[in-house]
Amino acid sequence: MRSKNKNGIANIYLVLVFVVLYAPIFYLMYYSFNSGGTMHEFEGFTLDYYREVVGDTRLMIIMINTLVIALLSSAIATVIAVIGALAIQHVRSRRAKNTLLSLNNVLIVSPDVIIGASFLILFTIVGIKLGFTSVLLSHVAFSIPIAVIMILPHLQEMSPTLTDAARDLGATRRDVLTKVILPIIKPGIFSGFFMALTYSLDDFAVTFFVTGNGYSTLSVEIYSRARQGVSLSINALSTLIFLFTILLVIGYYYLNQRKNKPMMHTAEPVAEAGVPR
Amino acid sequence: MKSKGKSYYLIPYYLWIALFVIAPVLLVIYYSLFDLDGKLTLDNYVNFFTPVYMRMMLNSFWYAFLITLFSLLVAYPAAYLLTRTKHKQLWLLLIILPTWINLLLKTYAFIGIFGTFGPVNNFFDLVGIGEQQILFTGFSFVFVSVYIFIPFMILPIFSALDEMNLSLVDAARDLGASGWTTFRRVVFPLTISGVRSGCMAVFIPALSLFMITRLIAGNRVITLGTAIEQHFLVTQDWGMGSTVAVFLIAIMALFMILTGSSRKGVRG
Repeated sequence: MRSKNKNGIANIYLVLVFVVLYAPIFYLMYYSFNSGGTMHEFEGFTLDYYREVVGDTRLMIIMINTLVIALLSSAIATVIAVIGALAIQHVRSRRAKNTLLSLNNVLIVSPDVIIGASFLILFTIVGIKLGFTSVLLSHVAFSIPIAVIMILPHLQEMSPTLTDAARDLGATRRDVLTKVILPIIKPGIFSGFFMALTYSLDDFAVTFFVTGNGYSTLSVEIYSRARQGVSLSINALSTLIFLFTILLVIGYYYLNQRKNKPMMHTAEPVAEAGVPR
Repeated sequence: MKSKGKSYYLIPYYLWIALFVIAPVLLVIYYSLFDLDGKLTLDNYVNFFTPVYMRMMLNSFWYAFLITLFSLLVAYPAAYLLTRTKHKQLWLLLIILPTWINLLLKTYAFIGIFGTFGPVNNFFDLVGIGEQQILFTGFSFVFVSVYIFIPFMILPIFSALDEMNLSLVDAARDLGASGWTTFRRVVFPLTISGVRSGCMAVFIPALSLFMITRLIAGNRVITLGTAIEQHFLVTQDWGMGSTVAVFLIAIMALFMILTGSSRKGVRG
């Protein structure tokens, strides 16, 4: 279809896009080893900033906070999302189903600032102290819809005759759920949990609104440090996070490969893309 | 609405919808009706239509428009070329990978890259343009935002292009259409749903970014997001912040209705 020459230009364009996408990340990593203390003149190799990161108790506590919030919120969100997917499946009328789906997706398409600000009002009115609880509740809240979207297709693909058969054979509602439905939608539950996890780890804006004084997650901490200017411990930290992210992604890719499905067709593209947090 | 049988187990999900989807929106609308002293008033709405907020709104729209446009211009060819590569799923994964790295870290990197002594200014020096103030300008804000959003634009366009029936392109070419005509009359209309999804995934967040404006644009650029953050966390004027939020929600809803109705047709 195209000439060789055009292909060359095309490849250069693609390579350029990849270079621009990755340049800032590698730029950060490169200067994390700079003994000069700036992000523009590389003076010598040092691991000082890594030592600083590892030795920083406050940062360690924040990292543990972030992980605890991420794991706990995704677990809770996934459980509620399974219920949600069942609820959406449960609804018979098409209109009610669409309404429920739209309500489900509100938090996916809402800008983070709105989610953050409205949750701040909510927690203040209800009287929940800003801190661990408010952050956890918000993360659960914004993770539920994305997990529902990951689980729902699996539920819809499931043949209804399976549950009918189970009922006919005398299975109770509980048996149908635990022995038939849950095993079938397991891949969806896993990807839902994983998406919730990445959303929670990545979130900045919502958390920023609902953290009080004294409680912080990694993103909020990075933001406040970055506002004070360049500090190479952030670079060291970002390198560590990058490596951790790659491990997560490889894990997720492996999970998807096992299902023998191309990754991007398991969910709606927009949902998959989500709103950056 | 529901079939027979007990459905108590569905309660947590409905509770979530009531508490975290519906209640927050209502609360924002409710709060927008109060001024700083807690008096019930419509002043916030009157204030919103003063030149200060109108300029901010236009500014915010203009930047969001620019960010969406440039993302689209960069992403469309990239998505097109990606569908032509071998191992395209792997390349796509590599495009998505940076989105899994914290937004703030990527933004922070640009403080170094665009800084006075950063590589871009070094390059400018080298080619004789001389040192420029890049950080804390509208340009740096648009550039960094486009950088952040490109994967979110590529993804839906890639899906649309990937699902497109290639024989249609061949047919157009066989019937004598030029490359450009084929693109304009066949390829682009067939992938418009992807373009719409991409624009939606970029435009709305672009209206509400506040951390990039703070870190990169040095408060030179004020978007609706920045205004909301400012009102809620700095000046503590929740009423006015809520009013701005109400408008942002309205814009968002409008945008979703506009893009939603046409997307249904394509999916069919």
